[in-house]
Amino acid sequence: MRPMQRQNVARGMIVLVLVLLWPQTASAHIQKGAAVGLLTGFLHPLSGLDHVLAMVAVGLWGAQLGSPAIWLLPVAFPLVMALGAMFGLMGVPLPGIEYGIAASAILLGAAVLFEVRPPLAMAAILVGFFAIFHGHAHGTELPPGQSALLYSMGFVIATGCLHAVGIGIGTVHRWSWGQILLRVAGAVVAMGGVFFMWKALA
Amino acid sequence: MKDPATSRLPVYAAVVCTVALCPAPAHAHLNSTGMGPIYDGIAHFLMSPEDLVPVIALALFTGLRGASFGRRALFVLPGAWLLGGLLGLTASATNGSAVLSSIWFLLLGGLLVANARLSLRVTTTLAALLGLYHGYLNGTGMGASGSAAVALLGLVSAVFVLVALTAAFVVCLRAQWTRIAVRVVGSWIAASGLLLLGWATRKG
Repeated sequence: MRPMQRQNVARGMIVLVLVLLWPQTASAHIQKGAAVGLLTGFLHPLSGLDHVLAMVAVGLWGAQLGSPAIWLLPVAFPLVMALGAMFGLMGVPLPGIEYGIAASAILLGAAVLFEVRPPLAMAAILVGFFAIFHGHAHGTELPPGQSALLYSMGFVIATGCLHAVGIGIGTVHRWSWGQILLRVAGAVVAMGGVFFMWKALA
Repeated sequence: MKDPATSRLPVYAAVVCTVALCPAPAHAHLNSTGMGPIYDGIAHFLMSPEDLVPVIALALFTGLRGASFGRRALFVLPGAWLLGGLLGLTASATNGSAVLSSIWFLLLGGLLVANARLSLRVTTTLAALLGLYHGYLNGTGMGASGSAAVALLGLVSAVFVLVALTAAFVVCLRAQWTRIAVRVVGSWIAASGLLLLGWATRKG
């Protein structure tokens, strides 16, 4: 080890120990249910593969369509999904939720597979329509005893992260091999949707 | 020849170990320092998402609109919060309405996602109303003791710092995608507001 490095290690040790010595309150008694609410809300959209497929597909499709769809679709989906969840919480019935969710994966996957390029408004309406089903399903499944606000925030953030994953994967669209890869990803999503539709019908 | 810094390393280590082994009061309960209520106020604000998120939303919105909007929010919001809090200290305790909280989320998140071209006057009014409403609720929950006023000062300081940092951060953003990312955060806030509204009107 060179002298300069040794000196840095010694300084680092001193800083570390001083930080460890700094007295702080432990805050061990957090607001009851708060952390659980955020975590439960965050994990909820990730708990079902049918939801995950559709939400990632929104990001993939947005990336394929380019600006402004790349950010408009991921903005539209959580907003309308929250509206659907609100209806679910209020007890407004919505028939055929499982079919709607499976159909969303099929159609969004197919849109990515065939690189469908509808007008922006049409794409937003399609995404919003399916978001209602996803939101309603989540809204009726919300567990009791959670912090409502933190659960909601976790839920929305997780949805946004899934879109971001789709957009991240979708950045390969700039390369020719990436365009093929995206279409394959769309096919996988659509096949997943067919599986969930089959399960819903069975 | 040995490096002087290296030769002093055992001495440093001995000093550090001695200090580490020396028991000292942790001052975890800050009554003895008189700083407790200040930290109570700061912690209360930072751990209350129903207060924190609207402030972040307003700071993001004003930052997106420009430096003059950010500066206005920086002074109007904490000022109104303090005023509302002082009014609330003398009032009886009331619980905040979840519907009203969700409306703040929806309004501020919606304005942010739409990058609404509000005038400086309307933005100032919005900041003042937000501060008065949340300050009043905080004040009523704190009671009329002397430490409550100090806690309120801590809370208002936290609001000031948060608005300053957040708005300044957004004002500095130049790349288009970063400004879009800020608007996407607005959509998340509005969506959370919708969900909160659903919870507030939930059946059963």
